[in-house]
Amino acid sequence: MSLSGKSEIIGYERADGRIGIRNVVVIAYLVECAHHVARRISMYFPDDPVHVIGFSGCYPNSYADKMMNALCTHPNVGAVLLVSLGCESFNRNRLLANVEASGRPVKLIGIQGTGGTGRSIEEGKAFVQSALSEIAHVPRAVLPFEDMIIGVVSGGSDATSGLTANPAAGRAFDKIVEMGATAIFENTGEMIGLEQHMAGRAVTADLGKVLIETVNKAARYYSIMGHGSFAPGNAEGGLTTLEEKSMGAYCKSGSAPIVGLIKPADRPGRKGLYLMDIVPDGEPRFGFPNPNDIWEMNELIASGAHCVLFTTGRGSVAGSAISPVIKICANPETYRRMEGDMDINAGKILYDEATTDQVADEIVEKIIRVAHGEMTCSESLGHQEFVLGYKSFEPLGPACLPAG
Amino acid sequence: MEKLLRIHRDDNVLVVKRLIGAGEMMRFDGEELVYDYPIGLGHKIAAEFIPKGEKVIKFGIPIGSATEDIPKGAHVHLHNLKSDYLPTFTLDHEFIGKK
Repeated sequence: MSLSGKSEIIGYERADGRIGIRNVVVIAYLVECAHHVARRISMYFPDDPVHVIGFSGCYPNSYADKMMNALCTHPNVGAVLLVSLGCESFNRNRLLANVEASGRPVKLIGIQGTGGTGRSIEEGKAFVQSALSEIAHVPRAVLPFEDMIIGVVSGGSDATSGLTANPAAGRAFDKIVEMGATAIFENTGEMIGLEQHMAGRAVTADLGKVLIETVNKAARYYSIMGHGSFAPGNAEGGLTTLEEKSMGAYCKSGSAPIVGLIKPADRPGRKGLYLMDIVPDGEPRFGFPNPNDIWEMNELIASGAHCVLFTTGRGSVAGSAISPVIKICANPETYRRMEGDMDINAGKILYDEATTDQVADEIVEKIIRVAHGEMTCSESLGHQEFVLGYKSFEPLGPACLPAG
Repeated sequence: MEKLLRIHRDDNVLVVKRLIGAGEMMRFDGEELVYDYPIGLGHKIAAEFIPKGEKVIKFGIPIGSATEDIPKGAHVHLHNLKSDYLPTFTLDHEFIGKK
């Protein structure tokens, strides 16, 4: 488990060749009307990795469909129970077929056809029981660290976020990329003013242009949403310019070259650092692109993230279904108050107890330990947050994923 | 305990990590500095002389330009640093406002 040498993880081998670091049974409701049954089934398994995800909408949406298919075949997922009411629009048969084709134990329960709430819960419970014993025998295989995909988000930021946790996460991202793995950052709404700098990091000029267009799209979208607070605010906290404010968030991406742009549930094709564009294409239709931090994490996970780094100053407690969340606390006072929720104390940089580089090493070591099975704080506390709503995206253009 | 933090090796500003009180004497790089107003967490201090028009570097990238000569050790904020970006953003904002 050394940082300089080759790090290998013994993970769960999936039929598509990907390796998971968790072996979760997912219970997926396919409309809000089936959520209760899904939740009640999961409540029989409080000590097992049984996670509830789902899509609440009854109207079909190709983005949500893609997300659900990607999540149900995520390498951290061992088995899937689909819970359908029966009359919703979600394409349950295609999702069932895709999970079957991935070699995972899967069952579809239609509540109407099964005979209501009670019978559906009983059937679901029986399936989860058998699935848990079946996936205990999933073959184990070596996951080279190079095959890991790591995402980063921030939430509940304060004046310390841009000083400690975000620069440390960025330094950790540089190390992850140097070690040959894949890293994904997102939230173009926080990159306004830095698009030229980001374009300069792109591996091709065409990708650079796409990155600029992506940030411009975000600026326009958020302004129309009435979220135009991009003027230099918080001067009291020492921030002088818009670039500086954006940089406090953008520095989570580190300094590696950007090898591609993906959208939620797209899989990175080569190793290296990716930007995820989470802002829908076209005219704003369904409201705020990501109204909370959970949705962002779920999108990174849909693109294959094995785990997610989450920096916070004020103290978010959120975790996620499917992939572990590593909480990096920027503010030493927050850490003191909420230590049980925080995996990494980046705020100690302000007390001269560690350098940014040392905290970055701690983060990378933590990722390796978590990949070996160590539970993160949010996992131990039972956090399994999940949210998914409507969006619309155009397919990726040819410049987004340059050949490597 | 050090009161200033260098975020990136290329930075020409340092960040205050512990409040510097008004009138408090602070040693910085062999010099003694006293500020006549308090400078709080997150504020910037020039790590070197920054001539007027020169880029101010934080996080290793330019965050704007000096609007006057900034002596080493001086507080860097709205009075001596301006965004290089704001005009572009303002144009974009007007464009959206017309729609």
